[in-house]
Amino acid sequence: MKLGAVLLFALALLTVIPGSSIAWEPSKPIEFVVPAGTGGGADQMARLIAGLADKHKLSPRPLIVVNKSGGAGAEGFLDVKGKKGEAHTIIITLSNLFTTPLHNNLPFNWRDYTPIARLALDEFILWVNSETPYKTAKEYLAAVKDKQCKERQGGQCLMGGTGSAQEDQILTIQLEQAIAGAKFTYVPFKGGGEVCVNLVGKHVDSTVNNPIECASHWKAGRVRPLAVFDTARLTVAEWKDIPTVKEALGVDVSYLMLRGIFGAPGMPKEAVDWYVAFLRKVGETPEWKKYMDDGALKPAFAAGAEYVKWVEENERLHKDLMGKGGLLKK
Amino acid sequence: MRLADLLTASFLALLGGLVVFDAVRLGIGWGTDGPQSGFFPFWLGALMIVACAAVLFQAARRSDGTSFVTRQQLGPVLKVLWPAIALVALTHWLGLYVAAALYTGFYMRWIGRHAWLTVLGVAILFPLVTFLVFEKWFLVPMPKGPLEAWLGY
Amino acid sequence: MGIENLLLGFHVAITPYNLFVAVVGITLGTVIGVLPGLGGANGVAILLPLTFTMPPTSAIILLTSLYWGALFGGAITSVLFNIPGEPWSVATTFDGYPLARQGQGGQALTAAFTSSFVGALFSIVLITFFAPLLAEVALKFGPPEFFAIQLLTFSSFVGLGGGNPLKSLVTILLGFILAAVGLDIVTGQLRMTFGFVDLMKGFDFIIAVIGLFGIGEILLSVEEGLSFRSIPTGMNLRVVLDTWKVLPRYLRTFVRGAFIGFWMGFKPGGATPASFMSYAFAKRFSKNPERFGKGELEGVVAPETAAHAAGVAAILPMITLGIPGSPTAAVMLGGLIIWGLQPGPLLFQEKPEFVWGLIASMYTGNIIGVLMVLAFVPLFAAILRIPFAILTPVIVVICAVGSYAVHSSMIDVWYMLIFGVVGYVFKKLDYPLAPLVLALVLGDLAENALRQSLIMSQGSLAIFVTRPIAGVITAVAIFFFALPVLTPWWRRIQGTAAPSGSPRAT
Repeated sequence: MKLGAVLLFALALLTVIPGSSIAWEPSKPIEFVVPAGTGGGADQMARLIAGLADKHKLSPRPLIVVNKSGGAGAEGFLDVKGKKGEAHTIIITLSNLFTTPLHNNLPFNWRDYTPIARLALDEFILWVNSETPYKTAKEYLAAVKDKQCKERQGGQCLMGGTGSAQEDQILTIQLEQAIAGAKFTYVPFKGGGEVCVNLVGKHVDSTVNNPIECASHWKAGRVRPLAVFDTARLTVAEWKDIPTVKEALGVDVSYLMLRGIFGAPGMPKEAVDWYVAFLRKVGETPEWKKYMDDGALKPAFAAGAEYVKWVEENERLHKDLMGKGGLLKK
Repeated sequence: MRLADLLTASFLALLGGLVVFDAVRLGIGWGTDGPQSGFFPFWLGALMIVACAAVLFQAARRSDGTSFVTRQQLGPVLKVLWPAIALVALTHWLGLYVAAALYTGFYMRWIGRHAWLTVLGVAILFPLVTFLVFEKWFLVPMPKGPLEAWLGY
Repeated sequence: MGIENLLLGFHVAITPYNLFVAVVGITLGTVIGVLPGLGGANGVAILLPLTFTMPPTSAIILLTSLYWGALFGGAITSVLFNIPGEPWSVATTFDGYPLARQGQGGQALTAAFTSSFVGALFSIVLITFFAPLLAEVALKFGPPEFFAIQLLTFSSFVGLGGGNPLKSLVTILLGFILAAVGLDIVTGQLRMTFGFVDLMKGFDFIIAVIGLFGIGEILLSVEEGLSFRSIPTGMNLRVVLDTWKVLPRYLRTFVRGAFIGFWMGFKPGGATPASFMSYAFAKRFSKNPERFGKGELEGVVAPETAAHAAGVAAILPMITLGIPGSPTAAVMLGGLIIWGLQPGPLLFQEKPEFVWGLIASMYTGNIIGVLMVLAFVPLFAAILRIPFAILTPVIVVICAVGSYAVHSSMIDVWYMLIFGVVGYVFKKLDYPLAPLVLALVLGDLAENALRQSLIMSQGSLAIFVTRPIAGVITAVAIFFFALPVLTPWWRRIQGTAAPSGSPRAT
């Protein structure tokens, strides 16, 4: 019976005999792990890559997106960690590559994985509801300091963000530490889209959403961007007029979120080379470029030593920021 | 019936204890911004212990002679259960598709005494269709074993 | 203005290509709906890459049609095998499965599909004419309002259970405890994982349900011997027409279910609580509540109407606000962005042909959908004629596949088996399963909403009373919680007032 099954499987798969063995090429479907839920920024990007690979025939075998969002992404990271030497498993990372293990003392670290490439960096913007009188970040933070958020208990302003001890909260704490006397009450939500809608509905007073999460509400005149958490202004058309935090408040608070790809531990060198070339090709498609522009993402392709160096620095930065904010595991 | 009732309630009470234990670690207080992580689990666990104690008390007072499961009932139940356990265990080694083929074939022959031809037909076609639907059509990867690896999956 | 735009939409939706796309989507969706564990979200996510080569309107029609198919399909396995294909079909098993066991599977399926269609139609009409207005209402719902809704759902079940109240309490607690396992999003701490990585993702509702209801039921039903005790129905379409003759009787249940569903569908995860709430209300207002759970057609009508109404309503916040009302809508939202559309308040003005094409396709998609699934009712019902020794392993394998598909994790398949044994033991010992499932599905959402609210109010519970919408809903919920206490008291007052002076117990 087993033999019968073998024969039938073989028959069904005749079309997919692996190609030549000169350079490495995927010989089976690539498992593309997303350590976040369906519909979020990382998930969107992963599915876009999978779709573009299919549309432009960039990969001989399909990429299969698998969401493993449990434990703030720990489920996905730990799963990939267990696949030593596997050339057909990659993972898209966001800041939870750093924050999750630091906050909960979980046994994984970016050094466990094979760095492949940094695709882009995501920006953060300080938003308020457009019906509030605050036209500048300075006005808003003055209100925060003086506890002027009238609808709230004790005038304490509410800052909405995604998750706890993750990038949004880190940014909030950074802002509090930079501006003496400013204190927010941080309200965690499940996803970025939900956060911005709660701002539109005036359930929170401000958010630090990624540009794309609030873009449509901004265009509809419901929310107002006050400052970009970056050292320079955004370069994409309509986002150009938003001042940086430095310009608006005179303090240095910046944060960029990694959108990068890692491979399973100990992935063969030839496979890494293939993925780097593959992702480079994805980056050149018009659809990818449009996606980057629409989301005001910062194109920042990097691979090899450059990528590793950046990740190293960022890990140090997160440890530092989270330590200051009291978010490290005690 | 009484024994099963007592055992189940005791087990659930134990579970409640475990929850309370973990909740205390997380903090069960009511902070400035609402309850801490362990607040709800603590009370859920505590209530669970109380409720189970009451169930235990009820069950202990009642004395009925009916048994939880008779020998005649247990037979067929186990005949469904253990092959299912074997299926899941085999999946770890052989992958889902081969395990499903073996399991379906075995079950049809053992319980249903179907003709070998029917057995083979279903045992091969069913996993194959599952394979096509999940791996090919919906691109949802299932656990795979040596056979699939050998075939390049 | 609405009508004019709708005509424009139909112009887009009724092209042969778009109709073809709808049929393909519904077929795939029904398959996905049937397979437990493989939800609409998976299906949409999987098809998403294929849509890059299509015009956006056809692409969204494909994806939404798949979603309608999944909404219809979820009922099939609920009725036939007690295995909910989708979370919102759990309540359908309560009466659908007993009906199938009595040889009325065809009637139950017909009622389920028809109710789904009615619920969908209700929501679509509301969306067509009031979308922007409804979006404003949806915005008013913050964490406190959301928590109040969860409370209301739960309260609607209070006092309905019957059986041993202590054991009901235990199962509710167990459900809440299981829901709390994993990451606490409010503080980012891990709860009750005891250092086990496998516990970090928590217990998925659908896995628990596959085990408790599906496997548990198989174990229970084989006690009498290795065969199913169901009686297969006749194999012709007469059963559809006959059932239709009976259905108008449940007009009030249809209206109530559609209303509950539409209203709950605004918020993420709305369809499942909506189906439960609708079921509870149907039972509460029924003249023969004792027949519920034993094979009452109304018990199929109520949850299915609400679930499909909620499923359709979930699309509304997606197109008007850019927030998904369900996991499936979340993936579609990603699709919109990839197709170069910016979901949100401006979509109606910027891309009217897309939005109205989508709305018109909701009508066409659901009409095609209901006709397709109804045509197959005899075939579905005939599945029960397959010999036990073939059907059982096939169901068990599908349960295993479904459990694995949720997180691509083997441990979930083991959980499913364990839940199966738990379901068997609980059923025998009179521990009701419905409260457990309800607590498991609401627990996580309710706790998050409660704690977000308390953070907003600096720890003051007054937030649930002072905000108008939350206040009203909370009051209604408290009323239902108090009902079992109030009822005897009320009867006593009536007794006093009654001239006959019936004997009073004091």
